[in-house]
Order: sequence, then structure tokens, then C-alpha cells
Amino acid sequence: MRCSGAEMIVKTLEKRRIETVSGIPGGATLPIYDALYKSSIRHVLARHEQGAGFIAQGMARSTGKTAVCLATSGPGATNLITPIADAKSDSVPLVAITGQVPVSMIGLDAFQEVDTYGLTLPVTKHNFLVRNVNNLPDVLSEAFQIAESGRPGPVVIDVPKDIQTEVVEIERWPESQSTDVPTSWNKREIDQIVGMIHKAKRPVICIGGGVIASGCAEALKKMAEKNSIPVASTLMGLGGVPPESPLFLGMIGMHGARYTNYVLEEADLLLAFGVRFDDRATGRSMDFCRRADIIHIDIDRSEIDKIKRVTLSVVGDVGEVLRDLISEIKVDRRSNWNSRITRLKAQYPFIMPKTDSLQHPINLVHHVGKIAEFDTIVTTDVGQHQMWVAQVYPFRSPRTFLTSGGLGTMGFGVPAAIGAALANSGRRVVCFSGDGSFLMNIQELATIVEQDLDVTVIIMKNDHLGLVRQQQELFYNNRIYAAEFHSAPDFATIAQGFGLSGYDLSKSRDPLKTLALALSKPGPSVIVAPIDAAANVYPMVPPGSANRVMIGG
Amino acid sequence: MSQCILELTVSNHPGVMSHITGLFARRSYNLEGILCGPTGDGLTSRMYLLIDNTDRLKQIVKNLEKLHDVLEVSFSIDSAQPFYAALNEFYRQKEDIKD
Repeated sequence: MRCSGAEMIVKTLEKRRIETVSGIPGGATLPIYDALYKSSIRHVLARHEQGAGFIAQGMARSTGKTAVCLATSGPGATNLITPIADAKSDSVPLVAITGQVPVSMIGLDAFQEVDTYGLTLPVTKHNFLVRNVNNLPDVLSEAFQIAESGRPGPVVIDVPKDIQTEVVEIERWPESQSTDVPTSWNKREIDQIVGMIHKAKRPVICIGGGVIASGCAEALKKMAEKNSIPVASTLMGLGGVPPESPLFLGMIGMHGARYTNYVLEEADLLLAFGVRFDDRATGRSMDFCRRADIIHIDIDRSEIDKIKRVTLSVVGDVGEVLRDLISEIKVDRRSNWNSRITRLKAQYPFIMPKTDSLQHPINLVHHVGKIAEFDTIVTTDVGQHQMWVAQVYPFRSPRTFLTSGGLGTMGFGVPAAIGAALANSGRRVVCFSGDGSFLMNIQELATIVEQDLDVTVIIMKNDHLGLVRQQQELFYNNRIYAAEFHSAPDFATIAQGFGLSGYDLSKSRDPLKTLALALSKPGPSVIVAPIDAAANVYPMVPPGSANRVMIGG
Repeated sequence: MSQCILELTVSNHPGVMSHITGLFARRSYNLEGILCGPTGDGLTSRMYLLIDNTDRLKQIVKNLEKLHDVLEVSFSIDSAQPFYAALNEFYRQKEDIKD
């Protein structure tokens, strides 16, 4: 069949069963958009390419499937860099297709020309600049294969405009390749792990994003319950174990509960499943679990021994390794260790506020967690509100918590919520944001209205860049600088101006009722929730300190 | 400090060199010398990298192996490796020109 480059792109997306793409058209992507015009693929028009990138991330993070976004050359491509880098940090499968000036003009400083290949090189899993239209089908196929195989990640395909318009004869389409990573462990390694677990007196499992990506929450539950091993989680692992589970220890690290960090301190065996020993999770890495042997299971070979030298490691899909482990480990109640943990929990609990005022952010999150449907998907922006949500919101299943963990991108929450809502129709999406983060992608409210999505944005308004203020208070002798907002936009009115329902809890006679109304009413809404500006996230491990050194809480 | 040679087989297209050097820059690992040229049919290149032999060497090898365009990685600390001779010859000639 005869096919233009642009048609090859759209055809590949269709063959890959991509139903929705996000993007903003421009001069260098017009041929692709002309091919989309004839396709059944739904294009969601964002209002900024960063929004388009995070919309795609919201689809990918909530489903685990590769998502696609489009941007034109030059500023379109540079605006995509943040969501691409964010996807790299959190291992999100993303294919970003960018337009480029025609091949003959590359290197001549043409209008809207930028070196997209060079710019995206350090923030992608892999990237392509297509110089020959005959390579395009294979490049597209490889791009998806790379994005979703092994440890997922973002792939950029930069396609010059003349490659998009060139028509060639296509004889065959590339077969889609398997994304399975071959099994590389043997019975002896499984036996060794089982031996270490059986020998350990105080084992702890720590789960990370790898457990979510692997889709092995059920296997994990079985294994932990069979041998009564308590399970802690990193920020990215939340949702892997329901909070009701008696074995669940909550989130570790900089803003983990005291007992959680103390339990890890006492562990004699750490089972690190799909984690990468991020500094916010481990604190001073030398001191992290210093009494424990460490067994590290991760799909990415280069994560082994990167931060912590481990006792034993297996490179592979954590779910598959778990399936091999479950049958081998014995039933054990570990009553000594678990009663010690019960005592630590009682002695160093996570401290809830003394009042029940919704002005306290923890009460707000707690309350939303109580009234929201079980299948609600929660996104956050980045800052204090993100940590309060991570601490208190009851994430009961994988992929219900979408947050920018590694890169920590303010502005993530609203567009990611759009993507999650697009990919999960019928489910409500709640975006917790702050008055700092919210302004970083507020333009996407227009997209929410256009798509008429069941997204509720809750803005914790403290008129500050709260986490900056908190660190200035604690570590810079209370010299608060450039962290306070002296103008106070009326976000409820702004939301109404965009066409959403807007509520301000400070003006509501019954804030609880207003909250419940906004969370149950179909269609998009914004809720402004003023919170105590002096509230800090506690406990807090000072940056660079060991996790046993905690302030507050 | 002792040095070692990484020998890579890579796909031969513009941009591969950026992927390799970019990795070293991002992981802040110093590259002392590079020798690169196409092999056989020209679809692949052979690349020799002279680097310090530190305890992070294994990590950088693992990261190189992850690059899509890197097809094969091996390393040697053998000073009889022809790359050393080529490099020494290069430096000798450079000194000669200066004189």
C-alpha cells in the first residue's frame, strides 16, 4: 500500500489500539493532524504542551498502557521536556511524537527549529530522529517496544515535516515484538532468598513503583501474609497494599510516620521489591537499614548496587520472582516481631490533629478519603499537600494514586487528572493541589471543561509555597523569603470563568456538605480549601540525615 | 589510578556518539579517550573508551548496556590492548608536531 509518513504514524497508533492522544498542533505537525482527521483516534487538545504530556502520563499511569502525546517543533518540543523527564524519573511508558523542520533545513536555524534529539537525549529511555521515511514503520514499532519493555520509560520520535508528507510503498508492517524480559534467575537463587527469609528474625518488605508496574499486588499480599512479613512502601508503591492490612507499615522516608522508619531501623532483613533507594525514601543511605541484609529484586540491572550494596539481588519482574517464592516459603506467624511492631506503632504513632477543623489539611484529606468512592483515582501536585495526601489518604489498590515522585513536578496534578479521567470513564478523579502548583498548569481547566470530565480539583490554599516555607522555617532560621504570595487569586471564581463549578469552603456554611456535593456531582469542579498557613508536614527527616532523625510528629 | 578500556559495538548512525558521551556526562564519569570507527558492513561501529577503573565502573557498564544503540560491551584492563598502542602513538605524534 502507498502511505505517507504521517499516515504511517496514525496507522501504527491504530494498530497499537491507541484510542486517545493528547497534543497541540503546529506548523511542523500539520501533516500528522491531517492524517488524524481521517482516523477514529480521539485527539484531546491541550492548552500547553506540558499539559499534553501530563495528560498522556495520566492515561499511562492509571492504566499501565503506553500513552501518546504530540507536539510541534521548537517551543512545542521544549514544552514537552518536563513531562518527558518526569516520565523517565517515574518509569512511565510514554511515546512523544514531535514535528521537526524539513530534513533539508535541519541545522540552518530554521523557524521553530530546535535540536529535539539533543535536548531529549538525557531525559528519555531512547529517542529517534527519523531521517528516512522507509525507517519510520520500524522506528514506530521499536518506540512502543522500548517504552513498555523491562523498566518502562519515555521515548521521543522526532519526525521532520518532509518525512511526514513523503509517500512510499509499504510492503509489510513490522510485527509487534514481545516486551517480556527473559527470566534470569534460577532455583538456587530462589532457595537462597527463601533461606534468608526463614533465618531472619525481623524481616521487612519495602515495595516501590516496580510492584505497581509489575501488577503483582495480589502475589505480594499472598507472600507477606503467608510468612507474616510487614510491608512498608515508598511514595511510588502506595496502593500496593491496602491500609487496612495489619501488615501494612505505611510510607517510609522523609515524611514517613515515626514507627515506620523505626521498624526499618530494627529490621535484620530488608526485602526491597521494585525500589531504587531514592534519597527521600532512604534518608542518609549509609544509615538506611544498617542492621539488615538486603535482598533487592528489580527489573533494571543498573539499579542493583547503585546506592546500597546489597547481599543478594535478582534482576527480573518482581511479580514473577514472587510467584516462584510464594510456594517455597513456609507459613510463619512471627508473633515476636509483629508484637514488637504493634508496640512501636502504639509508642510512635502517626499523630492526627487534635481538632476536627477542615482548616487542618490532614483532616481535609482524611475526610475526602472517607467520602470518596473506593475506585476514585487521586492525583496530586507537588509540595506539602502531596505529602499530606501520601500520609493519610487510604489508597486501596494500585494505580489509584498518581503523583510526580522522582522529578517532583509542580503542575502535574491537573493534566494528569485529565488523562486519568479520559482513560477511566465512569470513575471520579480527585486532584489535590496547592495554590502554588495549581497556577502552573491552570490553563488545562479549559481542557477539562471541553472534555466534560468528572474531575474535582481540591486546592489547599495557604498563600505560600508551603514546603519551601517549611524548610526556611526549620533549616534557615525562619527567614521566609520568596515563599509567600501577596496576591490571592479567587480560584473559585476563576474556575467558574472557565465553566467549572467553583466552591470556596471558607464561604460555605457547611463545608463538609459542600465537599460531598462537589465530589458527587457529575462534571468538573474546583474546591478552594483554605488551610492553616503555619501547618507543617511532620514528621520530617532533615535532608541528608538518617531516617531515625525526625523532627516533629 | 588504574585505567581500563571499554570496547563497545554500537549501531552506526548520527547521534549514537551523543548517547554514549551523554551518559558519561550525566553520570559524571570521566572519559579520558575515545576511538571510534565503522566495522565491516558499516551498520555498526566499534568504539574504544579509555576510562578510570573506579568502583563505579560496573555501574557505568550496566548503564551502557541499557542504551538501545549499544549492542555489546566488554572491558579489559590489559595494557597490551591495541587501543593503548594507538593512543600512545597519537600522543607521540602530537608531541612531535609541537617540537
